[in-house]
Amino acid sequence: MRPIVSLYIAVKYIDSSRMLDRELKKGSTELLVLSVLQYRQRHGYEISKLIEERSGGMLKFKVASLYPMLYRLENRGWLQGRWVEKAGERRRRFYRITAEGRKVLKAQQNTWDEFVTAINRITGMEHA
Amino acid sequence: MPDFKPAIRERLRDAKLTPTREMEIIDEFEQHLADRYNEILAERATEAEAYKGALAELDEADFTRELQRAEWLYAEPVAPGTEHGTILSSVWQDVRYAARTLRNTPGFAVVAVLSLALGIGANTAIFQLLDSVQLRSLPVKDPQELALVRIADRSWSNGQFRGRYSHLTNPQWEAIRNQQQAFSSIAAFGFNSFDLSSGGPVRIAHAMLVSGDLFNVLQVTPIAGRVFTANDDRRGCASIPAVISYGFWQHEFGGKNAIGSTLHLDGHVAEVVGVTPPNFYGVEVGRTFDVAVPICSEKILAGEDSVLDRRHAWWLAAMGRLKPGWTLEKATAQLQAISPGVFQSTVPPVYDVDGIKHYTAYKLAAFPGGNGVSSLRLDYEQPLWLLLGIAGLVLLIACANLANLMLARATSREREVAVRLALGASRKRLVRQFLTESVLLAIGGAVIGFLLAQTLSRFLVRLLATTRTSPVLDMGVDWRMLTFTTALALLTCMVFGLAPALRATRSSPAALINANGRGMTASRERFGMRRILVVAQVSLSLVLVVSALLFVRSLHHLLTDDGGFQESGVLITDVDLTRLKLPVERRSPFKDQLLRNIRAVPGVEFAAEANIAPLSGSSWKNLIEGWEGKGIEGSVSLNRVTPSFLAVMGTPLLAGRDFNEQDTAPSPPVLIVNEAFAKKYFPQQSPIGKTVKMSADVGEARPLYEIVGIMKNSKYSDVHDDFAPLAYVVYSQESKPDQYTELMVRSNLPLETLTDAIKKTVAETNPEIAIDFHVLKTQIRDGLVRERMLAALSGFFGLLAALLATVGLYGMISYMVARRTNEIGIRMALGARRGDIVKIILREAGLLLGSGSLIGAALALAAGRAASTLLYGLKPHDPLTLGASILALVMVGTIASVLPAARAARLDPMVALRVE
Repeated sequence: MRPIVSLYIAVKYIDSSRMLDRELKKGSTELLVLSVLQYRQRHGYEISKLIEERSGGMLKFKVASLYPMLYRLENRGWLQGRWVEKAGERRRRFYRITAEGRKVLKAQQNTWDEFVTAINRITGMEHA
Repeated sequence: MPDFKPAIRERLRDAKLTPTREMEIIDEFEQHLADRYNEILAERATEAEAYKGALAELDEADFTRELQRAEWLYAEPVAPGTEHGTILSSVWQDVRYAARTLRNTPGFAVVAVLSLALGIGANTAIFQLLDSVQLRSLPVKDPQELALVRIADRSWSNGQFRGRYSHLTNPQWEAIRNQQQAFSSIAAFGFNSFDLSSGGPVRIAHAMLVSGDLFNVLQVTPIAGRVFTANDDRRGCASIPAVISYGFWQHEFGGKNAIGSTLHLDGHVAEVVGVTPPNFYGVEVGRTFDVAVPICSEKILAGEDSVLDRRHAWWLAAMGRLKPGWTLEKATAQLQAISPGVFQSTVPPVYDVDGIKHYTAYKLAAFPGGNGVSSLRLDYEQPLWLLLGIAGLVLLIACANLANLMLARATSREREVAVRLALGASRKRLVRQFLTESVLLAIGGAVIGFLLAQTLSRFLVRLLATTRTSPVLDMGVDWRMLTFTTALALLTCMVFGLAPALRATRSSPAALINANGRGMTASRERFGMRRILVVAQVSLSLVLVVSALLFVRSLHHLLTDDGGFQESGVLITDVDLTRLKLPVERRSPFKDQLLRNIRAVPGVEFAAEANIAPLSGSSWKNLIEGWEGKGIEGSVSLNRVTPSFLAVMGTPLLAGRDFNEQDTAPSPPVLIVNEAFAKKYFPQQSPIGKTVKMSADVGEARPLYEIVGIMKNSKYSDVHDDFAPLAYVVYSQESKPDQYTELMVRSNLPLETLTDAIKKTVAETNPEIAIDFHVLKTQIRDGLVRERMLAALSGFFGLLAALLATVGLYGMISYMVARRTNEIGIRMALGARRGDIVKIILREAGLLLGSGSLIGAALALAAGRAASTLLYGLKPHDPLTLGASILALVMVGTIASVLPAARAARLDPMVALRVE
């Protein structure tokens, strides 16, 4: 039985391996940003803090890497940024996810899940 | 709170953002850094530590690149031409932008595309025709191995010549076939036409008489039945097998099985044995054959007129396939070696000693045969090359026009370029955009030109058609030519689209913006280039106008010059009596009766018979051996006619009498001669009553003819010929009347209505008589196809060239006026009158026209020589034509320059001074 199961996994992995590789390098950070904007709009500082907190300090974004990415996502039409002014405060730029961004997020989550499942099955099998 | 702005600005410097965008980003970053600063402070750090920690946020190795990458997508460039995006997306953007720009100046775009299209279309069409007539090989296997065999230098010849390719006699062909060693297979062919009908109006089939090996030489495989073999072409063959062409099979048999069917060829039964493939049109370019029959069947088909054994009847051509390894030179050497044997064994018995000497000195040679034979080629090769040259000049003029337009446009767009450079467009990108516009124009011109070429080439083939024949030519698209002309157009567009772009982008934007509109007389350099272009256009178009006028006047001469007869109202009826099988002695009485019947037809004013229909291209010549005791002195054209032939033709009799009933076989032979004859042989005296002796074949009598009348000079065989000595003999004194004749009728009735009456009368006389009608006037017109084509096309191109040059000149002068508006304002403010302004402008135009005409006249004189043989009634350096052309061009050019000059003169000085 075992050889057959492992064969299935191997095929599955090869199918999406190329995509995963690219996603891992670059897309995962986009996935993180899209995820934290899933339910409400936030400004840049808030986004960076949230990612840092939720990853337990593992992932940190500097200004110099966060904003180019935000602009890029905005230009792709996945995010929408707008300046919000409140009385007595400086204006801030808030980002919210667009409908297209949601689609991308969903697709990326699925890819990620598949990858994690695959990893888990391989590593799980070693333990079994 | 420290100020982070300077640090952020410093960090953003390399990203080269637009000022607005940079402000925004600084705002956003500063907010972030402030938050981070406060956060670090809250962790009990010092202010200095917090400041340092906040600034560390800006450290990232590829920040500038990442930011730029994000930003390219962000901003639609303020000025089109800013570097961003992928190559493809920017190319697409360039194309859209170029299309939009061209749409904004539709006048420019239309003139540019159309002038290119006309140039490309005309060249492609004419080259296609030239290619199909001149350059293309026969549609057979390995055409380069084919060679034609004929006498190398046949400057002396004598005998009966039949058909368009009378290279050889049948006895010669048989000798060559038996003795040659150069060809793996060799075949002969001759052309003829047969009547398919069984009496009454003829239905013509174009036939090839071929030796058994022809299809083998050409390696043509039939699509049905079989082709001939050597067995079909044996001396004394009793039946006539026929191989028919695909086209004939389609319209005669509707594509149904035809093998075994019978055809009537001049009343003889032939059996269809095979059908050739659709792409095989025979061996003659420009004509397709209907039926092929073996040479041996000529004996059956022609009966007593058979030329098979007649040693002075030239009617065949020979073509062979070279043996592997044999070249034309080697084949020629072998043919020369067998020549003495071939000619000595086939000496025509009718030749005298002198003739035999010439005949036996003939040498055979091999000539390239891959292109087949073509009378079309002989007639049209020179005019077509000439027309291609003319079309090439048109293309050049079109390119010059285009270049001029593009230069003008580029100058007027200098400011646009400057603004876009100032707004951040890159130089490279701007150049690319100018190029895209050029390429778009060239592609537009090529596409329309291609469509135009298709229409034009069909029109050209129709121009070559006469009322009786229309050339069958494969006018497939010639991609080589289309590519060449398109490449030329593209090159022109690129060079002249690019040069201004490069120059405009080299200068500093600020200088350009400042300079624009304030140019007093604009840059000398740019005007210089445009002047040269206009002068080139004027001079080249003068060449074309001159050639157009030459050809049109030449055609006019041919149509209107007095040919010595009245062409209107003459109907010619070809009469073939062969099916009646009349014995020799019954022929004359029968023909006389037929003529009397025709004369009785209502509406017939005069009717006569002639051996040769005038201006049909046929001719009969003989030598005058002597008169009044003098020796041989040259040749004379002859015709055999009945009384009142001169009345039918409308040729006046100047002295003496017409033939009459008293001129019979026993009475002394009589002759009517023309003025040229009288002048040549009887200068300063009346030839009436004088006698001349005609040459005759060996063994035949040489009678003395008495001249009884002098007629006005008239054209004989071809309208192009000059008046030459011509003499008429009378039918009633002919001892061996033949079975063919031309019935000539003059009538005031419309000739179409007359044909029915004549058909009826002929059928009543004998239903077996085969007849065919020609109208003299149409026949003459058909002989002028080449002149008509030259006149029509060169006229069209001449007009086109003049139009293009005028547009160019008008554009140049208008543009100059626009650029010098300031200057004109100043001049007027300083007291110049309107007349002075007009003078300044017209002086410029006059200079351009004058120098253009001068160069053009020199070119036209030099180029005229190429056309000299195609002209009739005038010389290539005809001063009237040259003068008229220059006058016309200068007049049109002046009108084109007066308009902008008048506009300049109407300018209000105050407005002119303010113009930017």
